[in-house]
Amino acid sequence: METMMGLINLEHEHDYLSELTYFRCGAAVPFAGRYRMIDFTLSNMVRSNVQDIAIFTRNKYRSLMDHLGTGADWELDRRNGGLFILPPDWNDPTDISRGDLSHFHNNRDYFNRGRSNYVIISGSQFLSNADYQEAFEYHLERKADVTLITTRVQNFEKEHEASLRIEQDDRGWVHNLTNEHSNPHLFTGVYIISKELLMKLVDECIAHHKGHFFLDGIKANLGDLNVQTYEHVGYTAFINSVESFFRNNMNLLNPDNYKELFYKNAFIKTKISNEPPTKYLDLSEVKDSLLANGCEINGEVENSILFRGVKVKPGAKVINSVIMQRCTIEEGVHLENVILDKDVTVRQDQTFIGSPAKPYVVAKRKVM
Amino acid sequence: MNSKKETVGMLLAGGEGKRLGLLTKDLAKPAVPFGGKYRIIDFTLSNCANSGIHTVGVMTQYSPLLLNKHIGIGKPWDMDRQHDGVSVLSPYTQKEGGSWYSGTADAIYQNIHFIDRYDPEYVLVISGDHIYQMNYRKLLKHHKEQNADATISVIEVPWDEASRFGILNTTDDLRIYEFDEKPAEPKNNLASMGIYIFNWKVLRNYLLEDARDVKSSHDFGKDIIPAMVSDDRRLFAYRFEGYWKDVGTVRSYWEANMDLLDMEGMVSLNNKEWRTYSHDSNYPPQYINGNTNITNSFINSGCWIRGTVDRSILFENVEVDSKCTVRESILHPRVKVGENSVIERAIIKEDTVIPPGSYISTPEGEEPFVIDSENVELAVMK
Repeated sequence: METMMGLINLEHEHDYLSELTYFRCGAAVPFAGRYRMIDFTLSNMVRSNVQDIAIFTRNKYRSLMDHLGTGADWELDRRNGGLFILPPDWNDPTDISRGDLSHFHNNRDYFNRGRSNYVIISGSQFLSNADYQEAFEYHLERKADVTLITTRVQNFEKEHEASLRIEQDDRGWVHNLTNEHSNPHLFTGVYIISKELLMKLVDECIAHHKGHFFLDGIKANLGDLNVQTYEHVGYTAFINSVESFFRNNMNLLNPDNYKELFYKNAFIKTKISNEPPTKYLDLSEVKDSLLANGCEINGEVENSILFRGVKVKPGAKVINSVIMQRCTIEEGVHLENVILDKDVTVRQDQTFIGSPAKPYVVAKRKVM
Repeated sequence: MNSKKETVGMLLAGGEGKRLGLLTKDLAKPAVPFGGKYRIIDFTLSNCANSGIHTVGVMTQYSPLLLNKHIGIGKPWDMDRQHDGVSVLSPYTQKEGGSWYSGTADAIYQNIHFIDRYDPEYVLVISGDHIYQMNYRKLLKHHKEQNADATISVIEVPWDEASRFGILNTTDDLRIYEFDEKPAEPKNNLASMGIYIFNWKVLRNYLLEDARDVKSSHDFGKDIIPAMVSDDRRLFAYRFEGYWKDVGTVRSYWEANMDLLDMEGMVSLNNKEWRTYSHDSNYPPQYINGNTNITNSFINSGCWIRGTVDRSILFENVEVDSKCTVRESILHPRVKVGENSVIERAIIKEDTVIPPGSYISTPEGEEPFVIDSENVELAVMK
């Protein structure tokens, strides 16, 4: 049986989340109460029978490595294969590669040693609960060179502008990838390719001093390659700005979105911590919110997302906000449209109000 | 050959827990869900982990499937180790036959070869059906300081309850001269907590002797301890101050759960210095939907709450629909409560679906109802 090996390529993801990405890469940004962005891609790959996953990362990867560990929480702590975090420590004096091609060039061993003949490549900014096994079968069945996972978007938001749009002929082969904003058929950044073709295109790109594998190796060769699409149907989110981060967190307070993202296929896996159940005290008033474990709620929480171990003291109000791990909201505080990064303490009787389009963001470990 | 360990923990987890009724219908007592996320045995396993005792044998017998699966290779307690860690010890047969564990002492006797592999100085004997947070290192220190052969952890119980316990009568320096199992007229209110430290060489001999005695019930409380007392061995009591509860009955199980809500200072799940470890099934965050009213409760991941919850404990993936009231109740994993229902002072077993409009209420002061998918229809009629 043919299988895929995985690659999560973070090279071209910029640290787009201002305060939230001062000290971590986008893939390690906390999301939806208990996850990090990368959990969605990892979980989707694991459930699609992918047993080897490499991560190309260049900088700010400390918190990513801390989160992933040996990969055990995604069942990737394998004697054969498993998780390979590949930061850039390269010492090849003959290396002329550029951009993400350097990752491919310097990590040829990963591909050569892997047991799969196919590779599924993804970034971390596209969130969904997907099973790529069907897409892979479709890839084999049509003997495609490349299969792009796509999705159709009903309501355009700013975060969709960066995505490439699909133009296909009547047999489904992709002949153009554009930035035509009115086209609702979006490339998600996830694609399937055979290992052999991947390495051939990598060599060509390097020989021609190119610096972006997908644009230079695939997009530039659409005429010569059989590129097809497989459309993902279901809830999706693209996150590439603070505004889209905030809005897509809030979107999960819609029960349909929550169920689609978390209960549709298998669970999204994340690092297991050891928090007790969340404790609601005498004065807790909670409405339309997501709460992770280990919280202690004795104030008002409305339309908000609370990560693990958040404390809300009596008389405090948290409205339309995203409060990350181990924050403490003291008595009489009023927060509205706020994002607090981890370990923030807001001292008594203060008010911070942002707007949905421009939430008030507080960096890690601050005492306000 | 394994390297020598100073202390080996032996955790008795084979009990059927008859008095827990439906709660242990097809489940060993130590595996009964507790505290919104845990199983009862997590408290003792976490005590071992937090006390730095990483060589632990868990003796299972009754309905062990879920218990064995829960313990696995001991990962949540950091007991997944190369040479020691946790070992599940089930009854076995050999060339000359075999038998079930016929008592607590027999369970240890049948596993002498396991303990000998580590050539320990001390053996800690504990049970997997008590709720408490205790540093066994302190007990061990006391044991060494007294130069004892055995040390038994004791707790002061109210005088009027003392006749329900094994009572230890001691001299002023806590040396034990008499062990009274459930005395009609207790002389003392120091109750044995079923936590023992023995010098392994001494205990080993008593176990061999006890095994030869056909009249013995092979029980620590009834046979081993009295034999050591009558031989004038150095037995000492160690006073434990803190929360300790034997969850032997449905009522005490319910009370112990409620204690987690009321006695935060005494027994805390959120104590970073003394963590209670368990599995986590990766459910998404709990969803509080609409205008709910949740007070004084523990709620785990994957829950979906639309009604009123007060003084209750909800395990993972429980759903409480709108216009429901859940009060002083314990809802095990994946329980679904249909809208317009009332649940008061009840324990609902996992996967039970409570139909809309149900009314389940245990009268104040009575033993809480235990509801599962088979008796749910009857219960609703009440």
